[in-house]
Amino acid sequence: MSAEALCLAGDAGLLALAVAGALFAAKPLGRPLVYGGALVLSALMLAVAAGALAFGGGAETLVLPLGLPWIGARFHIDALSAFFLVVVNLSAAAASLYALGYGRTEHDPERVLPFYPAFLAGMNLVLVAADAYTFLLSWEFMSLASWALVMARHSEDQNARAGYVYLVMASFGTFALLIAFALVAGLDGRFAFEAMRAAPPAAGVAMLAFAAALIGAGSKAGLVPLHVWLPLAHPAAPSHVSALMSGAMTKVAVYAFIRIAFDLAGPPDWRLSIPVLIVGAASGLIGVLQALMDNDLKRVLAYSTIENIGLIFVALGLAYAFHATDFDAAAALAMTAALLHIFNHALFKSLLFFGAGAVLTATGERRLNRLGGLLNRMPSTGLFMLVGAAAISALPPLNGFVSEWMILQAVLLSPAFSEWTLKILAPAVGAGVALTAALAAACFVRAFGIPFLGRPRSEAAERAKEADRLSLAAMAGLAALCAIVGIFPGQAIDALSPAVDLLIGAHVPNQSSMPWLTIAPVAASRGSYNGLLVAAFIVASASMASTVIHRFASGALRRAPAWDCGFPDPAPTTQYTGESFSQPVRRVFGQLAFVVEERIDMPRPGETRAAHLNLRLTDRIWNLLYVPLILVVERTAVQLNRLQFLTIRQYMSVVFGALVVLLVVLASWP
Amino acid sequence: MRGLAFDVAHLLAGGLVLMSFLLLYQTRLYALLNTFALQAVVLSLSVAWQAYVQGADHLYVTAVIAFAFKAIVIPIALHRIIIELGIDRDVENVVGVGPTMLAGLALVALSEVVMLRIAGGADVLAREDLAFALSVVLLGLLMMVVRRNAVSMVVGFMSLENGLILAGAGAKGMPLVVEVSVAFSVLVALVVIGVFLFRISERFESIDAEALDSFRERGR
Repeated sequence: MSAEALCLAGDAGLLALAVAGALFAAKPLGRPLVYGGALVLSALMLAVAAGALAFGGGAETLVLPLGLPWIGARFHIDALSAFFLVVVNLSAAAASLYALGYGRTEHDPERVLPFYPAFLAGMNLVLVAADAYTFLLSWEFMSLASWALVMARHSEDQNARAGYVYLVMASFGTFALLIAFALVAGLDGRFAFEAMRAAPPAAGVAMLAFAAALIGAGSKAGLVPLHVWLPLAHPAAPSHVSALMSGAMTKVAVYAFIRIAFDLAGPPDWRLSIPVLIVGAASGLIGVLQALMDNDLKRVLAYSTIENIGLIFVALGLAYAFHATDFDAAAALAMTAALLHIFNHALFKSLLFFGAGAVLTATGERRLNRLGGLLNRMPSTGLFMLVGAAAISALPPLNGFVSEWMILQAVLLSPAFSEWTLKILAPAVGAGVALTAALAAACFVRAFGIPFLGRPRSEAAERAKEADRLSLAAMAGLAALCAIVGIFPGQAIDALSPAVDLLIGAHVPNQSSMPWLTIAPVAASRGSYNGLLVAAFIVASASMASTVIHRFASGALRRAPAWDCGFPDPAPTTQYTGESFSQPVRRVFGQLAFVVEERIDMPRPGETRAAHLNLRLTDRIWNLLYVPLILVVERTAVQLNRLQFLTIRQYMSVVFGALVVLLVVLASWP
Repeated sequence: MRGLAFDVAHLLAGGLVLMSFLLLYQTRLYALLNTFALQAVVLSLSVAWQAYVQGADHLYVTAVIAFAFKAIVIPIALHRIIIELGIDRDVENVVGVGPTMLAGLALVALSEVVMLRIAGGADVLAREDLAFALSVVLLGLLMMVVRRNAVSMVVGFMSLENGLILAGAGAKGMPLVVEVSVAFSVLVALVVIGVFLFRISERFESIDAEALDSFRERGR
């Protein structure tokens, strides 16, 4: 049986699980059945996809007699789909394992269980689809299933609004993708991907299709300025679904962009890389700044997803530009960096969302300023969160460092561009990437430090209990994978080469054959990295330091009063807060992405009330772009509402007039 | 034979369009119904001629159905309704006869242009047939729009449907099933509309469709 058939069988299994979930949601059997089944199916599909990536998928396209009558539903797995299938199913398997434990705390399982497997099936179907119709149908199915999951806790404050904004933006994105595919397919309707490849569109049409793909896929992936739904919707869903939406669904959107831009829309044009680079860098910066300012643990993670998607799009833009200017070795490096970062982000973002979910279960709190001191109460969760936070902050020897290092390596090759625009733009974007990486580190020091270190800021945080074993197992697995990919990056890079080969026609030199697990993606003289060496050094120096301290220093535990600015108040609220931590960055960069209003309410001398610091952040992009748009739509709706109150004859006249107008258009069409 | 077949078909289809124009300016209900019956007769002749030319026997059945229902049953039924309602008075036109006729002429021209463009390569007989059929449909719609009286709206709808049957007969190979179902759906529509008319006149003591609007919920 071919990989396509196996994958479709897996999807059918997931859909059957969705039906089972609807039937047995209220029964105690439902949860283990759905999540256990999803775990097994995802693991099997992961194995199939990994096999297809390593040994090459079948060359044939599977055609089922569904969908459009003269095309059918086509399915094909090439190296690119196989790679994304690995990403999605790995996240799905981890999320299912996590949910086996975490799902116990779910209030309304009947709102989650039917849609969770359907969501997984939708993502898998998008990746194996090989014609525009099947692709868009699966895409919309995925969007709707995830919308249902966002609405799972509809009674909570703001969640209904999140669902509404998500629905509007998802429809908009699908519409843009529809236009992209229509442009590529042309007037004679070449809807199958093979036919699109065989006859690529003309240069002007290809440009429009590229732009539509960037808008459509970008709105799903969370590119600025189409990101507004993401920080609302991702945190609203149950945590394992948040992990999947951030870790896997945004990657499916990236897949859509890669598929259209690199595969279907014909020969590349270097000018098209400019918007990708700019939008990518802007998403990175604005995403990380928002993440730094926000006070909700899950929303911080969602904003950080926008940041990482920005980095991925910067790498994709570089790959596109290098590819268009026939520098395929550099294009292969940038593409490898992008794909590796996609994989890495799926790992650590899922891990962090699992941790956030565990914190939410243990304390019922997502606000950073109500948490604190959790490391003593939830040591394992804290450790795994620490690994995830270090990985996403691109600290060696973990995996985040490797991919971000490779992105910067690709930036360093930008003097080789022959076009001056790119020669200037690429280093500027590179500086943005570096700034983003630095701010991301600050962001995760805050996102880890405020909830896990210090003293509990609320009673709920004080009473927190460690997460259950299955959740911890899922987190441990992902944390281990983060470390493994970080220490053996060469193997991961080599595994990606078939996908890079498919898109660029070249791949980075084989890394596994390098001595001592070093990687040197361009040449050893330009830069090399050895994860094992760094890990060994960190382990050696840390154990040496701890040996020295424990051997030669006093072993007695000493407690002393902390310095309290001369105002001894033992309340934990006097600790450093999230807002205090981000204040310097807010002062320096805050005006870039926000309208910041800080108002200090100082009591007069002699008054006994407390002083207050009121902080209001409003999103500039929302104010400038979305508020006017919403106003226009509302006004138009009020005007069009009159159409609902016509007389019978006026209705008939409208129908008649529309018919006559259409006939006139038909008669005068050139 | 080829020339004769075309000429007669052209004549009959043109006659159908002519009847539609006649319908447009009938100001009395009885005259309107009689003209409608005449149109149905011309329609059944046209369909029968198509049956003869195409050698398609099932079209004879269509012709008979059209004659029986549209030329006899429906006009008689509507006559009865009018008598029972006691509304054998003038039809009031919303738009004057002159502008209505001009609009009708423009619609016929439009349908000819459209058909020349989209079916330019088709058989001349079929194309002309379709052009006339489209004209009849548009004229029927026009009648529904410009009349206020519910009975004449019903007649407009029926004449619109005549155009559909003409189109169906002109296209070779249209199975009988479709036509039978169309004919019966019109009959059902007649029954529904008849009941509806009685209800309207009972409630509002008028079958002026504008009267209905005063009972609707007003917009904001």
